[in-house]
Amino acid sequence: MKKLMKGNDAIVHGALLGGATHFFGYPITPASEIAQSGAYYFTKAGRTFLQAESELAAVNMILGSASAGARVMTASSSPGIALMGEGLSYLAGSNLPSVIVNIQRTGPGLGYIWPEQSDYNMVVKGGGNGIYKNIVLAPNSVQEMADFAYKAFELADKYRMTVMILSDAYIGQMMEPVSFPAKVLKSKRKDWSVYADAESRTNLISSIHMTKEALVDNVDNLLAKYKKLEEDIVEYEETSTDDAEHIVVAFGISSRVALTAIRTLRAQGIKIGLFRPKTLFPFPKKRLLEISKSLKSIISVELNEGQMADDIELAVQCSVPVKRLGWYGGVVPSVTELVDKIKKTI
Amino acid sequence: MIKHTKPNAFYDTFTRKGPGQKTTHYCPGCGHGTVHKLIAEAIDEMGIKDQVIFCNPVGCTTFLHYYFDTGHVQCPHGRAPAVATGIKRTLDDSIVISYQGDGDLAGIGMAEIVHAANRGENIAVFFVNNAIYGMTGGQMAPTTLIGQETKTTPFGRDATRDGYPIRMSELLNTLTAPVFIERCSVGNATSTLKTRKAIKKAISNQKNRKGFSFVEILSPCPINWKMNAIDSRKWLIENLEKFYEVKNFRDVDTGIKSHGRFPFLDDKELFELLEVSAANEKKAQKQLKKIGEHKVKIAGFGGQGIMSVGVLLANCGKTAEFNTTWLPSYGAEMRGGTAYASIVISDETIGSPVVDKPDVLIAMNAPSLETFENDVEKGGIIIVNSSIVPKKVTRKDVKAYYVPATEMANNLGLTAAAAVIILAFYAKLTGVFPVDVLKEVLPLSIKNKKYVEVNQRAVDAGETFFNEYKE
Amino acid sequence: MAKNYIKLDGTVCKGCRVCVEACPKQCIVISSEINKMGYQFAKFENPNCIGCGICFYVCPEPGTITVYKDEEEKK
Repeated sequence: MKKLMKGNDAIVHGALLGGATHFFGYPITPASEIAQSGAYYFTKAGRTFLQAESELAAVNMILGSASAGARVMTASSSPGIALMGEGLSYLAGSNLPSVIVNIQRTGPGLGYIWPEQSDYNMVVKGGGNGIYKNIVLAPNSVQEMADFAYKAFELADKYRMTVMILSDAYIGQMMEPVSFPAKVLKSKRKDWSVYADAESRTNLISSIHMTKEALVDNVDNLLAKYKKLEEDIVEYEETSTDDAEHIVVAFGISSRVALTAIRTLRAQGIKIGLFRPKTLFPFPKKRLLEISKSLKSIISVELNEGQMADDIELAVQCSVPVKRLGWYGGVVPSVTELVDKIKKTI
Repeated sequence: MIKHTKPNAFYDTFTRKGPGQKTTHYCPGCGHGTVHKLIAEAIDEMGIKDQVIFCNPVGCTTFLHYYFDTGHVQCPHGRAPAVATGIKRTLDDSIVISYQGDGDLAGIGMAEIVHAANRGENIAVFFVNNAIYGMTGGQMAPTTLIGQETKTTPFGRDATRDGYPIRMSELLNTLTAPVFIERCSVGNATSTLKTRKAIKKAISNQKNRKGFSFVEILSPCPINWKMNAIDSRKWLIENLEKFYEVKNFRDVDTGIKSHGRFPFLDDKELFELLEVSAANEKKAQKQLKKIGEHKVKIAGFGGQGIMSVGVLLANCGKTAEFNTTWLPSYGAEMRGGTAYASIVISDETIGSPVVDKPDVLIAMNAPSLETFENDVEKGGIIIVNSSIVPKKVTRKDVKAYYVPATEMANNLGLTAAAAVIILAFYAKLTGVFPVDVLKEVLPLSIKNKKYVEVNQRAVDAGETFFNEYKE
Repeated sequence: MAKNYIKLDGTVCKGCRVCVEACPKQCIVISSEINKMGYQFAKFENPNCIGCGICFYVCPEPGTITVYKDEEEKK
């Protein structure tokens, strides 16, 4: 039996079943339900929830807990994620696994609590200092909030990376029926962790390297890992792309509006499809290039000024025009509006 | 016999520093080496080398892992107490040592140390205060004395410009949770031996699960103070110890520190807690009625139960095995004005959960009707709570229904049931799902069981009203 | 009467003189020689050592000084 729940609650359910044992949270609208739900369920399940004094402290508690081998998470919204930039960089530099949920809101600065997808660049390109990436998953339904939270910890442990679940205020706040997997996942002992025992005593979790050779090595290893991700974990969803002359590329809430829009357009005889990246890093570059060959145009629909569109352009190597339809300031286009704009664009 | 020798908690050779290294990277006469030795001795005496995890700070002591044969986590500047919290909350039996300098702890990391202390984290913090930034080459620290010359106070620290030196032990002593706070010094042999005792006490507090212990250690930085090792110790005693009183501030035993853990649930218990059953049931998909995307907007003012009735509707959609979404309006409008919930029920995958053109508008108050009347799809339905909406629907291309729901609900003795009455009316009217589904879902979505019965009667009332409805 | 002594490894001494200053029996002096690190290192000289351990604790280096109590120094 499916359970009707909010995206923000689904994250916590998925995470606990995915083996998360520690949650260091800090409230911020529109992500607060995750901390609230975490405070209830993690505590009641005998796991650990702790409200940190800031997002900065939260991400550093994650650094400690991940070093100690735990499956650990936090959730926040755009300004909070920006504040975590320091920790994100250290986590990457130290090759630590973590899961961080970003329920995006409008910016810059305090902006407001309505949805936007304007953290794309910050999150997909890294966000803190130095050369590094996060795995970025972009759910577009409450089911995927649960599914991605569930699998994020496996991915994080496997690649020793931060997995960022990049969502938005709508996906976080909306309710949909969700089904859950039958198995609770568990963390295995990690040979690099500090467990406060004889076996792990000489382990060192660190991002400092005192020679150029070691620094180069570290970044080379990161880059090799990122390259491998492009082979291993790229995910996307295609709707009506087979005979499409145009495709809309959209993720998260934008892709939901776009789905209704392309159905409407198809009904009017326009050959249009939807391409939805589920992983924003690694970005589905190969597949986009492949399908771009038969297209007349690509329309990037985002709740920002066209941040993902830059990546699409790179992916298709300018073989087809990439048009940008962007909304921001908390505005989510209505289906009617999107349909009109697409028609004018193609 | 050997009375004092290099403690076993140190690596014999500091290979992480470089091959064959036996000395520290610290400047001649630096206090850190002495403090390290005192900590290493305590670790030896307590036989806890395997359990110790150091939180290496940023500063001269970033390289603690060169020396201590223990676990290490290198932390961002000032964040060691937060990192320590993460480790300790993960590994109950670990001995977590946060070793920090004055810039790290009292400057950039002020928030983290105060809150870790305030939570009473069961960790030991060793705060080495030498009143200057060492690693970066001698700039002002939060603890730099008034008049003290540093690279960033070339004319001496001036309180009107730079503020006053911070007394961390005194500051933390205002908090309730810490069990041990002491300021020590390594200015001479006697004070060094007292420091030794305090360090051991802090670590044994942790081992015995007593709580947060803080040892501040006044320590010389001869190079950045621009003195030799001997003069720096004299200066420390004559200046630092005068401003920073060397004493014990707190040594209490408040019993075992516990973080109030619930028992760790196994898989089965976890599923029960989450109230989800595993998706192993493969039920044959029921042949669904073709309804396409059916979009409903329920609007009213706060307190009318708009959001929860919306959830109830979405739950009915789910129970009837349709795809369904519920999206609240939220933000400023929640605090007055019109609140609304958007519900989409569909036999196919739902695209946008945003309902800009509802098939059905349920207007629970007058502003809702005014705001959304024109958005309704041609041929759509508007159900009006006529008890409090005097206005009639003006559009001719939609069907309007008037249900005096608030009045009916008042008659049942529960004003809040008005929306449920309308929902029953809606179910009968649209036939998207049978009223029985509403009756089935209702008890599950009402937290306070004493309201179930009256709400069931509200459903009946709505159904009856529909059956007798005359357009 | 049993003797006490310290072993002071001059190769790992940075010549800060803190031990020289702190020794209550003036047992430690600064050598005229220079070690590989370039420091004029300390050395143990005086036979009046009481094995108190002060030099060990004030010395900032982990492994420079070892203190022996009630034991004849083997030459």
